[in-house]
Amino acid sequence: MNRMTWFNAVSLTLGFAFLYIPMVILVIFSFNESKLVTVWAGFSTKWYGELLQNDAFLNAAWVTLKVAVFSSTMATVLGTIAAYVLVRGGRFMGRTLFSGMIYAPLVMPEVITGLSLLLLFIGIGLDRGVFTIVLAHTTFSMCYVSVVVSSRLVSFDRSLEEAALDLGCSPAEAFRLVTLPIIAPAVISGWLLAFTLSLDDLVIASFTAGPSATTLPIKIFSAVRLGVSPEINALSTIMISIVTVGVITASLVTKHQVARQRREEQAAVRA
Amino acid sequence: MRRFVLIAIPYAWLLALFLVPFAIVLKISLSDYAVSIPPYVPQFDWAEGISAFLAELDFENFIWLTEDDLYWKAYLSSLKIAAISTFLTLLAGYPIAYGMARAPEEWRPTLMMLVILPFWTSFLIRVYAWMGILSNEGFLNQFLMWLGVISEPLTILNTNSAVYIGIIYTYLPFMILPVYSALERLDGSLIEAAEDLGCSRLTAFWLVTVPLSKNGIVAGCFLVFIPVLGEFVIPSLLGGSDTLMIGKVLWEEFFSNRDWPVASAVAVVLLLLLIIPIVLFQRNQQKQQEAEQ
Repeated sequence: MNRMTWFNAVSLTLGFAFLYIPMVILVIFSFNESKLVTVWAGFSTKWYGELLQNDAFLNAAWVTLKVAVFSSTMATVLGTIAAYVLVRGGRFMGRTLFSGMIYAPLVMPEVITGLSLLLLFIGIGLDRGVFTIVLAHTTFSMCYVSVVVSSRLVSFDRSLEEAALDLGCSPAEAFRLVTLPIIAPAVISGWLLAFTLSLDDLVIASFTAGPSATTLPIKIFSAVRLGVSPEINALSTIMISIVTVGVITASLVTKHQVARQRREEQAAVRA
Repeated sequence: MRRFVLIAIPYAWLLALFLVPFAIVLKISLSDYAVSIPPYVPQFDWAEGISAFLAELDFENFIWLTEDDLYWKAYLSSLKIAAISTFLTLLAGYPIAYGMARAPEEWRPTLMMLVILPFWTSFLIRVYAWMGILSNEGFLNQFLMWLGVISEPLTILNTNSAVYIGIIYTYLPFMILPVYSALERLDGSLIEAAEDLGCSRLTAFWLVTVPLSKNGIVAGCFLVFIPVLGEFVIPSLLGGSDTLMIGKVLWEEFFSNRDWPVASAVAVVLLLLLIIPIVLFQRNQQKQQEAEQ
């Protein structure tokens, strides 16, 4: 059934054109000399220069990066523990509530999550800033991490852990030496997911960031609301290229690893 | 003991930063508005005790939501926009997923990566890209005028049509992926059997392919419908003053009017509205998992 009919070819071409043309236009126009975003007036990199001199954007980018690194790391630790508890923890009191709290933030509208966290921070008198954004981002991204990690935990053979325990490992050693290496790919992709979710978030950050800390999405949003600006095109192009290079590298690395693993397995079979 | 600590850490975190905040929203939605910081009157006073607290609770803010037609119009229009754009996303996404599932096997990982790549690119930037395309002097109008289809620019930006385009664009991968995974698992010989038994290609598609991909379609529709209902970024960047969506109303109630009790009440009602599709979605996922086992 692998017929590549004209219908399939056309729908794929149109579909991918729809997905990518807007971003391509954005990249092309970031090199536009003119201040008008829609009129081409020759090649220029001046908007990149202006962007690099704009301290407000650079500061916001730095805050965003800090928040993303801290929150995704904490989310990975908490989310992995939560996944382990969900899959291996057996029965405990309030298990249903726990799994409900893991899945609910995934579908909760961001405006509600943001509003509720802000009201909490005000209620306990916590000053809003980088710290509160990190708390907020950790909370929603740990749920994504635990979903990714638990799907990997479910699919691997529990007897490996039991064998390690029988051979004299403590539970902590069994986790560190057996479980963790097996679920490592899921943990890493959970971290990456949490990292990009944090970089991308506008709504929750707007609620939980005080006047002292502004993230890049908040900055972009307020700039864009005033109209289309060529500096934002340059910034978008930089972000799109980082993501593209990152994703392509990651997929090449995984491809390479899969190939190596297959070779090793074949060698083991032969031996 | 160790097990208890392990369970307690994520549990306590989620209780403190997910459940408690939500209880606070519920509480504030029942409070009164006040000109102060924070702008509401707390209803709970430890000195007076719980009975006094319960006696003072009122549903004033919720009654207000039914009296001012802005709110129920915003809920209805969010439901309408979410429903229509889910349908349009399905129309746009199904052929792409179908084409992917029928593509040669060695292409599929690459096609899959091309669908996922936009996920990793900033949502805000993808919406922003459309502002330049849809504006009066934008790319789309220039292109249509060059083709000679129209003689003067259409107003698309700041209308509901722009919101639909933005939603379809940003949520398309959420539709393509589940539909694709349903179609990829589909046994091709079933379609061949239908064609051998005299079905035309099109009837085979309707009678065999579509019903067998139902699970993917349902999952994709929920994955688009649920988040779109509370959407804020797309209507505020692409929509106009007549675009009413409840996420935007909540935002403005909170940041511009500073009426926290009403904003909280808006959030509570939005959540009640979402509970039905979320429960249905979970049931569907469960059924699918059971079917696979």
